[in-house]
Amino acid sequence: MVAAPPVVEATGVTKRYGSTVALHDAAITIEQGQTHALVGRNGAGKSTLVSVLTGLQAPDEGTITFGGEPAPRLTDRDAWRQRVACVYQKSTILPELTVAENLFLNRHDHGRSGLISWRTVRTKARELLDTWSVDVDVRLPAGELDVEQRQFVEIARALSFGARFIILDEPTAQLDAAAIARLFSRITELQRQGVTFLFISHHLQEVYEICDVVTVFRDARHVLTAAVDSLPRADLVAAMTGEAATETGTGRRTPAEHAAPVLEMTDAALPGAYEDVSFQVRAGEIVGLAGAASSGRIEIAETIAGLRAPATGSLEIAGTRPRPGSVPAALRAGVGFVPQDRHHQGYVAQMSIADNGTLTIPDRLGRAGFIDGRRRDGFARDMIGKLAIKTPGPELPVSGLSGGNQQKVVMARALANNPKLLVLINPTAGVDVRSKEFLLGKVEEVAESGAGVVIASDELDDLRLCDRVLVVFGGRVVAEMPRGWHDHRLVAAMEGVELDD
Amino acid sequence: MTDTQTAVTTAAPAPTSRKIAIARLRDLALIPAIIVIAIVGQLVSPVFLRGDNLVNVLQTMSEIAILVLAQTLVLIVKKMDLSLESTVGLAPGVAAWLTVPVGAGHGLGLLPGGWSVPITLAVGVVIGVINALFIIRFGLNGFIVTLGMLIVLRGILTGISGGQTFFRLPASMLYLGTTQWLGMPASVWLCLILFAAGIVVLGFTSFGRSLYAIGGNVDAAKAAGIRTDRVLWIVIVTASLLAALSGLLLSGRLASVASAQGNGYIFTVFAAAVIGGISLNGGKGTMFGAFTGILLLFLIQNVLTLAGVPAQWIGALNGTIILIALALSRVTGGKAQE
Repeated sequence: MVAAPPVVEATGVTKRYGSTVALHDAAITIEQGQTHALVGRNGAGKSTLVSVLTGLQAPDEGTITFGGEPAPRLTDRDAWRQRVACVYQKSTILPELTVAENLFLNRHDHGRSGLISWRTVRTKARELLDTWSVDVDVRLPAGELDVEQRQFVEIARALSFGARFIILDEPTAQLDAAAIARLFSRITELQRQGVTFLFISHHLQEVYEICDVVTVFRDARHVLTAAVDSLPRADLVAAMTGEAATETGTGRRTPAEHAAPVLEMTDAALPGAYEDVSFQVRAGEIVGLAGAASSGRIEIAETIAGLRAPATGSLEIAGTRPRPGSVPAALRAGVGFVPQDRHHQGYVAQMSIADNGTLTIPDRLGRAGFIDGRRRDGFARDMIGKLAIKTPGPELPVSGLSGGNQQKVVMARALANNPKLLVLINPTAGVDVRSKEFLLGKVEEVAESGAGVVIASDELDDLRLCDRVLVVFGGRVVAEMPRGWHDHRLVAAMEGVELDD
Repeated sequence: MTDTQTAVTTAAPAPTSRKIAIARLRDLALIPAIIVIAIVGQLVSPVFLRGDNLVNVLQTMSEIAILVLAQTLVLIVKKMDLSLESTVGLAPGVAAWLTVPVGAGHGLGLLPGGWSVPITLAVGVVIGVINALFIIRFGLNGFIVTLGMLIVLRGILTGISGGQTFFRLPASMLYLGTTQWLGMPASVWLCLILFAAGIVVLGFTSFGRSLYAIGGNVDAAKAAGIRTDRVLWIVIVTASLLAALSGLLLSGRLASVASAQGNGYIFTVFAAAVIGGISLNGGKGTMFGAFTGILLLFLIQNVLTLAGVPAQWIGALNGTIILIALALSRVTGGKAQE
């Protein structure tokens, strides 16, 4: 193992997209037969590294070698496939075709007549799956497989091309505990047969369970590579979060102790998303819901906004009980909402700023359903002024704005009906630093004026202004941290690790 | 490792085999409906199951069935071609225009009659190339492109024919639409042979399977090394060529090319394909299913005619049948149609 060259080695890799640097002088070395973990927070450069390592994108600078030899040209897909494969979270399996056909797509076996011999294809597929002990009927349509079986089939397919280095991109995200255990035993088994894995995960627990070596990326850079055994958890978390800006808390006033609650969620549960969630938000208070992307925090926020109906439990907003799962009811109850992804749910790109900003308040624009253009533009000018949206006028389509200004339009709409409760999901995702400061300042202002605020985010900067942060993990609120939390502690809780100090 | 394996195997067998069976049966979903129609038809009129009536049904549907075949190929790769119905008219129309002697309608009489068949097919190929250029090369939406082509091609046919019908077609154009091979019309043979070829190509060649891969997930297809653009070109041009052939058969059978030839066919074509289990979202359905779809539609029409339903009502009934057939295939297929 010492003598053999590393399975893959990347050195000095830099990748830019426009002005954004996705990878800066990054390096990773993965030795034969290792299971190597790659961890880092969102935007650390993990997915860019994967696309460079799998030959989907060429690095701007730097070199990649496989087993000591330089990487093949990007267009030589077959050569790449013989060296490396990635099992993505998003399936690359064709659901309508059988498992056998998925395994041998575009390299079917042909009989003497020149036609595909389905029997040979099936036999070879069965042999392939048997070799790697994957127990799936090859005649099944691939769409019938569950996530776990699909992953095994994709791994077997990768191996059949000759690749002995496999990247697993968050393979456990959609699996239950038993399936994770089976996946891990499979990984250990394959490792013994000489397969090398790069394991990307948000769950540090898993890294400690099955990986030998861990590499940490932060802010597009390589931070550290160490043997898992010799790396205390606290140090790993510290490497992921960085040392800067540890203490939180700005000079904002604290909310009144006995202000009336504007949100009361009691024993709410939604199967598959969250369970047993109870919390209160008082007027003037900012409460954070922290957690990883699949933790359930987004679903909780969407429930408050009326996008989802909880299966059990109750929800009271500013003293009323809006009909569960109804956005109009939530709006009437006084909720202002900034949805998770502005491109999908936030705005209609071709419509003007004025139309987008006033989508939630049609009744205030004119009589009997007619829209008074002048009144609408008045509202819009007001918003543009208050939120400092950079635009020549309210009639500009939102698609013509920068990301930060688009998000301001979404925020303006959330504020249009003077909400008593403001619900924000990832409010600063993909916006520039100045817009981010501005938006967060606005949130504090709103809270100051007596509204309650819920911020569901995994951005530490968003959470810093919260009076307290509820950490959601695996669909449950696992911790509550008052303002002044330590970055390491919060991140550790979000990733589901206990710090041992 | 061993314990995980036993766990999976013991749980799997029963539902697995059922799922496989369902996946296979989807292909035969319309067979029961066709049997029911056959029984009803026989009760309505003893003529129905006689050989000559069935051949008659096959002949009337042969031209449109070839269009269904063409559209099926296009739908499986997740594209659409609306212009097929105009190609049915324009391809033989151009051939007639150039070969029909001066004095008979708008014929120019520029070329001898022997050229008519090659011209018809060549026009089909040219239309296909134009469609493919717009859709693949320039990346435009196939629905809109072929909608535009449908209107343009229809307009060209009206222009060159002066809105009239071409008669006195050359003998070579009439041959396929009128001749009999082994006691059955040539067009029926052609239609059946083409479908048989379609079943083989789609089911048993790498090229055919690549159509499903492209329609199912074009990125996955590219990743598997399929040259997706080339396959799409072949599919779109082939579809137009088949539409020209269909037009040739139709002109031959009717011994004329009307300026409205093929007008409105595309609706029946789509209905037949969807009833036959072809998904509008691509990557799903078989050639055999498409054939049973168009067969079912024409059998029902035949039964209605035999039952003496007034011709004026056939249109309304046709639409109703399509809706009922769709509802039935939804119930039997189990999944919502997107």
